[in-house]
Amino acid sequence: MNMKSINALIISPIRLKCRSMVCMLTILIVFLSCETDDEQTVTRLTDLVLSEEFDSDGAPNSELWDYDIGRGPNGDGWGNQELQYYTDRAENVTVQNGVLLITARQEAFEGAQYTSARLLTKDLFEQRYGRFEARIRLPWGQGIWPAFWMLGADIDENPWPAAGEIDIMEYRGQDPSVLIGSVHGPGYSGGNAISKEFILENDRFDTGFHIFGIEWGPEYVNFYVDDVLYNQITPEDVTGPWVFDKPFYILMNLAVGGTFVGSPNAETEFPQTMLVDYVRVYNYTEPF
Amino acid sequence: MKNSRYFNLRPVTVICLLVSVFLGCERDFSDDVEFATFPTNGDVFLDTFSAGLDYFPFVDAGADPEAFSVDTDEVFEGDASMRFDVPAFGNGFVGATFNTTSNRNLTGFDALTFYAKASQAATINSIGYGISGETNNKFQVTANNLSVSTRWEKYVIPIPDAKRLIGETGLFWLAEGASFEGDEGGYVLWFDEVKFEKLGTVAQPRPAIFSGEELEEQAFIGSNITITGLTQTFNLGNGVDQTISIAPSYFNFESSDNSVATVNELGQVSVIGSGKANITAILAGVKAKGSLELTSTGTLQAAPVPTKPQANVKSIFSDSYANDTESNFSPGFGGSTTQTSIATINGNSIATYSNNNFTGIIFDNTVDASGLTFLHVDIYVQQAGIEFEIQIRDVGANQMIETDVNTGLPIGDDRDRRFTFTGLGIGQWTSFDIPLDGDIAAQKNNLGALILVGGPDFILDNIYFYKE
Repeated sequence: MNMKSINALIISPIRLKCRSMVCMLTILIVFLSCETDDEQTVTRLTDLVLSEEFDSDGAPNSELWDYDIGRGPNGDGWGNQELQYYTDRAENVTVQNGVLLITARQEAFEGAQYTSARLLTKDLFEQRYGRFEARIRLPWGQGIWPAFWMLGADIDENPWPAAGEIDIMEYRGQDPSVLIGSVHGPGYSGGNAISKEFILENDRFDTGFHIFGIEWGPEYVNFYVDDVLYNQITPEDVTGPWVFDKPFYILMNLAVGGTFVGSPNAETEFPQTMLVDYVRVYNYTEPF
Repeated sequence: MKNSRYFNLRPVTVICLLVSVFLGCERDFSDDVEFATFPTNGDVFLDTFSAGLDYFPFVDAGADPEAFSVDTDEVFEGDASMRFDVPAFGNGFVGATFNTTSNRNLTGFDALTFYAKASQAATINSIGYGISGETNNKFQVTANNLSVSTRWEKYVIPIPDAKRLIGETGLFWLAEGASFEGDEGGYVLWFDEVKFEKLGTVAQPRPAIFSGEELEEQAFIGSNITITGLTQTFNLGNGVDQTISIAPSYFNFESSDNSVATVNELGQVSVIGSGKANITAILAGVKAKGSLELTSTGTLQAAPVPTKPQANVKSIFSDSYANDTESNFSPGFGGSTTQTSIATINGNSIATYSNNNFTGIIFDNTVDASGLTFLHVDIYVQQAGIEFEIQIRDVGANQMIETDVNTGLPIGDDRDRRFTFTGLGIGQWTSFDIPLDGDIAAQKNNLGALILVGGPDFILDNIYFYKE
């Protein structure tokens, strides 16, 4: 293993020089100096409109959360050759002790070798712009692929990728310190998504809770982890039309295998659980 | 007070003395009392020996003391590296520990890390830290078969439980050599930037005892069983698991019934009563995978003491004779369900078999029984209906066990003699003397294995070939 070279591959030229939190602040300053808005901070939206704290044990609140069941509309692992069968069983999705547990299990089920769950707020909570964040402890291991993300609410009329997708958090279980934040749209989807990786220095995402969030307004999406703003994507950055000026809904899931992450191997431990402490959404308000 | 966790008997005595002294002065403990700690320096070898470090080759074990040098040409960083010239087969091996004269406090670290490269792709037999004469290697850690390439790469050997390492002297050790003709040797290993680090990415501890297996064994009062297969597995920052062999003192062992069996901090189980006891372990708050369920049926009488003179015997397993060869009692045949253990009862070793379908005793070196006429075996069973077969296998001149996987019969130049043990007395030893006749009558100069089929539960002792 050579962490130095791995880091060098991923970190942008600016961040290459920087290793500590002090340096992270330097990055912020660099970002600040690049922005027209000199007031920019990690987050500034404070008008809380959705606060899902998972305070009631049992099944998640059905007025907010629905489920995708199975292996995708075409039975192809949701377009990614994912290996799990999604269910809404308590074995795969439940709330305990104030935390949502999404659990991937290795078990033969409906022709699949793994089960897991995908929750979504489609038709239940959809919003244009705002601040969307969740506090999550991630699972780990080769082939484990959790995500906290959003899809354009018009997806039934305007199929993906035209509907747009914002990936607030994606992560490969075999890279336990690396977070990926992305947007997908027409002309920049799948492997051509506009992405940036964030490396948690001297730590990893599967040993404690971390906050994954975006602040999203007209013509920008800002990505942050905990107290670090690590990316901003604007219409200038995408290689197609900007499709992020309409309501989106939220998804959370724990996939196993698939093209993005590869299959689990002999070292992958099951079950694997993604723990979600809360999901909070703040309204967008005009710049101050 | 956070120092209370370090209490053992001797400090308590000292504290009592202190208390009486303080009482005499009518003064209370200050809240600020803290024990002094050893230096927290984690450096081992960056560009030179770190403070107090010295080189101790394993000369008594046959290591080449000249194998180590400091190299200023081939470095990863700075101006010097550690160089080991691994001798060719037959010329000793690289084996040494690097210890400090003053103890180090390593509680703030989570791994020993280093950069390494070799003049050819190689596998280091053993490498780690925690060799210490004073403590009997109490906190030894070993990574086995660590592969190194011809490029400088970073390696991580995690610390199983850092809070134990309050006063370590053994900071780095390794053993590597050619163990047979044709094994890798005659090459160079380099290490650089050897140090203890707090990486923050050593995570997901998964300790194990008995290599993670859940064993069941018969036992008797007086049985002593040592817990083996002690490992700790971490997921490293690169997402890859690293398993290390670790000393028993990292674990807290437990017996579910201390009136049946007790277990000490060295993982030595002593059976002291009748009944069932489950032996488990915890490491730093994480329950170890693997356990041992002992069923003790009380006292086991010893097998009859053999009376044949040593000169007439080639022994495989008996406390009465020197072994003619060492043997592997757990060959791990594919599909085998057998659990084998060598237990010692009142100083006498026995081989216990549980749940046997098929296993074997594989001789390290073949036995020439040309001049011998019998195989002796003593067998103890505890229940009715036990029958099993022994196959005395001659492996022929090519020294390979060759078996038809469909029939189980010997093929090639192999021959065997088969015998079924029946009429076994319950709760007593039954002795058998099997003539070396049949298919091996004319070929018994390369005896290589005893195959055991069926049972499923029995105990063996005094396994030896002999002549009248």
